[in-house]
Amino acid sequence: MFDIQSFYEAKSVEDAIRALSQDEKAQVISGGTDVLIRVREGKDAGCSLVSIQKIPELKGVELTDSGDIKIGAATAFSHITNDPLIQKYLPMLGEAADTVGGPQIRNVATIGGNICNGATSADSASTMWTLDAELVLEGPEGERIVPISQFYTGPGRTVRDRREICKYFLIRKENFEGWHGVYKKYGKRRAMEIATLGCAVRVKLSEDKTRIEDGRLGYGVAGPTPLRCRKAEAVLKGSRVGDMEAVERFVETALTEVNPRSSWRASKEFRIQLIGELARRALKEAVERGGGIMNA
Amino acid sequence: MGVVGKEMQRVDAWGKVTGEAKYSADLEPRDIYHGKVVHSTIANGLVKSFDLEEALKVPGVIKIVTCFDVPDCQFPTAGHPWSVEEKHQDICDRKILNQRVRIYGDDIAAVIATDEVAAARAARLVKAEYEEYEPIVTVEAAMREGATPLHPDIRKDNVIVHSHMTMGPSDFTFEEGLRQAKEQYGEENLVLVEADYDTPRISHCHLELPVSWAYVDVNGKVTITSSTQIPHIVRRCTAQALGIDIGKIRIIKPYIGGGFGNKQDVLYEPLNAFLTMAVGGHPVRLEISREETICSTRTRHAILGRCKGAATKDGKLLARKLDAYANNGGYASHGHAICANCGNVFKDLYQDELGCEVDCSTVYTSSPTAGAMRAYGIPQADWFAECLTDDLAEKIGMDPCDFRLKNCMGEGFVDPANGIAFHSYGLKQCIERGRERICWDEKRKAYANQTGPVRRGVGMAIFCYKTGVYPISLETASVRMVLNQDGSLQLCMGATEIGQGADTVFSQMAAEATGLTFDRVYVVSTQDTDTTPFDTGAYASRQTYVSGMACKKCGQVLRERILEYAAYMLNYAETDLAKTIHGGTVRQAAGRMREALGLSAEDQITAEMLDIVENQVVVTGGAPKLFDVAVVAETSVYSLDRSQHITAEVTNHCKDNTFASGCCFVDVEVDMPLGLVHVKKIINVHDSGILINPKLAEGQVEGGMSMGLGYGLSEEMLVDEKTGRVLNDNLLDYKIPTAMDVPDLDVEFIQLEDPTGPYGNKSLGEPPAIPVAPAIRNAILHATGVHMNVTPMTAQRLTAAFKAQSLI
Repeated sequence: MFDIQSFYEAKSVEDAIRALSQDEKAQVISGGTDVLIRVREGKDAGCSLVSIQKIPELKGVELTDSGDIKIGAATAFSHITNDPLIQKYLPMLGEAADTVGGPQIRNVATIGGNICNGATSADSASTMWTLDAELVLEGPEGERIVPISQFYTGPGRTVRDRREICKYFLIRKENFEGWHGVYKKYGKRRAMEIATLGCAVRVKLSEDKTRIEDGRLGYGVAGPTPLRCRKAEAVLKGSRVGDMEAVERFVETALTEVNPRSSWRASKEFRIQLIGELARRALKEAVERGGGIMNA
Repeated sequence: MGVVGKEMQRVDAWGKVTGEAKYSADLEPRDIYHGKVVHSTIANGLVKSFDLEEALKVPGVIKIVTCFDVPDCQFPTAGHPWSVEEKHQDICDRKILNQRVRIYGDDIAAVIATDEVAAARAARLVKAEYEEYEPIVTVEAAMREGATPLHPDIRKDNVIVHSHMTMGPSDFTFEEGLRQAKEQYGEENLVLVEADYDTPRISHCHLELPVSWAYVDVNGKVTITSSTQIPHIVRRCTAQALGIDIGKIRIIKPYIGGGFGNKQDVLYEPLNAFLTMAVGGHPVRLEISREETICSTRTRHAILGRCKGAATKDGKLLARKLDAYANNGGYASHGHAICANCGNVFKDLYQDELGCEVDCSTVYTSSPTAGAMRAYGIPQADWFAECLTDDLAEKIGMDPCDFRLKNCMGEGFVDPANGIAFHSYGLKQCIERGRERICWDEKRKAYANQTGPVRRGVGMAIFCYKTGVYPISLETASVRMVLNQDGSLQLCMGATEIGQGADTVFSQMAAEATGLTFDRVYVVSTQDTDTTPFDTGAYASRQTYVSGMACKKCGQVLRERILEYAAYMLNYAETDLAKTIHGGTVRQAAGRMREALGLSAEDQITAEMLDIVENQVVVTGGAPKLFDVAVVAETSVYSLDRSQHITAEVTNHCKDNTFASGCCFVDVEVDMPLGLVHVKKIINVHDSGILINPKLAEGQVEGGMSMGLGYGLSEEMLVDEKTGRVLNDNLLDYKIPTAMDVPDLDVEFIQLEDPTGPYGNKSLGEPPAIPVAPAIRNAILHATGVHMNVTPMTAQRLTAAFKAQSLI
């Protein structure tokens, strides 16, 4: 039994915003896999909840007329992984979504919740950073679009107002067409796990597959929020596929851009070891997915 | 043998798979109240006062009781049979709620409310004022000169017990052994290893939480339904905690979802009893959350083993030494028994030519209490012994399997301290079989001289484990059988089914001993201390051996009684029984029998001439068949001439013990840059005597092996040394392996009949969890040359070690 003061099932986005505006203490719940844990721990006991779980417009994946991809914020991870558009255009995101918790969690937990709770360990976040995803938020003052790079303000904190609903994520065609990527989650076990470190690498190879025309590197748990290593990306840009010196420079540069901390869950030294090794391995796999041969 | 040794389907399979089987929480009555424990938020100190004002305002709160309200009775909690010798009695060092706080999360008050939300709300609002002392979280801090004693009324300092034991001369010391070794073999022919091997505090992680509910029955009995392994011990300890007579307590134990030793302790039943008594006997339910279970119930002891070992360069083990320091946490629970058990197996497992010296210290600290957990100190003993063994073999340059075969405990071994022996010995056969199955010799060669970041290795560990607790403690078990009119029987065991399959193997034994078929045995799964016979419960891998023997003896008595009545029927077929519906059947049978045996009408038929085979009363030898046992059963109940209800009840006071043994072999791949250990192949080979049910035995071993994998690679409770608080008190942060982490598990048995077991069997429940962690450790050593002396061997520890050795 959960200690919940009130529960309102919103009928639409507008309805949800109105309910959140009316009750200063109300918070959004969708899949509930984060909210209910806080309620159970007593941190949010006695809370008021506004559910957005039954709003159809917040669910599903679609291809827009301009060829961009829209992902409804209340789409559950298992639906993302199994979506034909995701499998065709963004398999990496589907794979990242498939690393969250266990099957039961993935059937209810949503990508919107994963991003909006502001956790650095969110498994979809580093991939969304490498995709330059944009969040479409709607609140009492109307709709706004926030690039993911401007969304996080600190650990567990974002620019989203309590009354705002994240409606969907927009991923532009130029950020996935011709790109290949890999997400490496490192946890202490192979399932039911929070990431000790998450690493997302995307590359765009030249037509002859011998050069990395462009690359992206995103991390989770390498700092207080998910992040991108733009200097390391610059090192990679234009490098020859299989240039191991460039790979090492890429890794070394990445290490200058991260800021992991020691906690009882993992030491800073260990996280740094993972940051380097995962970048190396994810890059190799991403290049190979793009048709390049890494050890050439 | 007939049904013993067969892979019978579990008697509770359908009930458990469909969810129809009833567990404690399924049985609670309507309108039950809910209890919630208030835990201390300091690790060491004294509760000065409470402010209950806000908490009492929460709608639904019935009552709040505190440490100032409970009976002034200190009681023990260990699941041991009570000793009638005062110095062997368990330590009485806690009350139902404690004013003197000794651990973070100590039980200081409890709320009773109409629902669990109100109870939890009120519990959060209870304010306690403390006098705080510095937490003494580690053994080192607790043993430091001047450390505050946590139980000054019981011990002058924090050492619960220290014990010294030896193998070889009683005054043997390692130093003396070393001196002798140098004299005998020359210093240049010796190798010496000295190392500290460390083990973590871990949590049992049984699926079903500790849950109980209690009420006062109309006859005044405090009646508690609880998820426990030890109903009769819970009854005694609850009486001690409340300061009332044992007959006033009744414990009912339905199906339970695992215990692994945590429920071999009296946990919250005394508090639950107190809560119902505080509200006039109204039913109160007390369910302990996972977080509370991890912090405030029991754990496996973290034991540090400071080890020394000496051997000759040609591989003869000469002498070893263990200094073991066990962190017992805030309360004694099983006290010193576990660390002493650890020391015993360390010294027993190998034959030191000169001797072995062991010192064990068990220490109170202000950290979570340690108690029993699967294999009772032996996973730690095996970690110490088997790390040391591989380190010695490595230093000698000898194959560690050969080194073990040369030096391990041999056939005919008897522990001189307690007389425990191998009544059947299969250890070396297990080693040979494991060696063959893992392709040891080929792989030791193939994996030599590897380079690169990913490497393979094979490792092994052996173990021994006794069966039950005799002669250290009492071994006793009772069984009752009641024959039904249709020739089936109720089997009432005092022994408990806790998921291990006890009900099924006892049913097999009952069938075997009586001659009835398996489907005619109805085991009464629920133990109720008012009605089921006495047994101390499920622990020490004892039940199949000790309670199984009681079951066998009881079955034999029942069989004799059936046959005695059958003989009466055959003799009086013509007279007393002539009018009964079975008269004709019995008369014909008597005729067939007299003819077959050449008996005249005057010759008495005796029970000795009869037997029961597959529900049929037969003439000894199997033929001719006379009639179904149902004919005897129905007649015996309803006979107008001689009504006699056929039952039997037997106590087995067991004065035997026997060693089981076995080994684990493992093949790993170590990904050094990420610190990942992939177990590519793993096999346990067990010497547990004859298996009563091979399928269930295999299941036991698989479960134990996966616990061993967790012990080796991921599980540890992290306790903040400053505050005494458990940091990872949930199943996200406490890393038990998931289905994805457990590789295919291979299991084999060397089945040798043990003459002391009821059907040639000996212990199996706990052993599988013992050798896995050190086998993995030794495989990592083979793969990388790195000595991981601390378990669990987490990726963080591994990468740090590989860096220190410049391997990455």
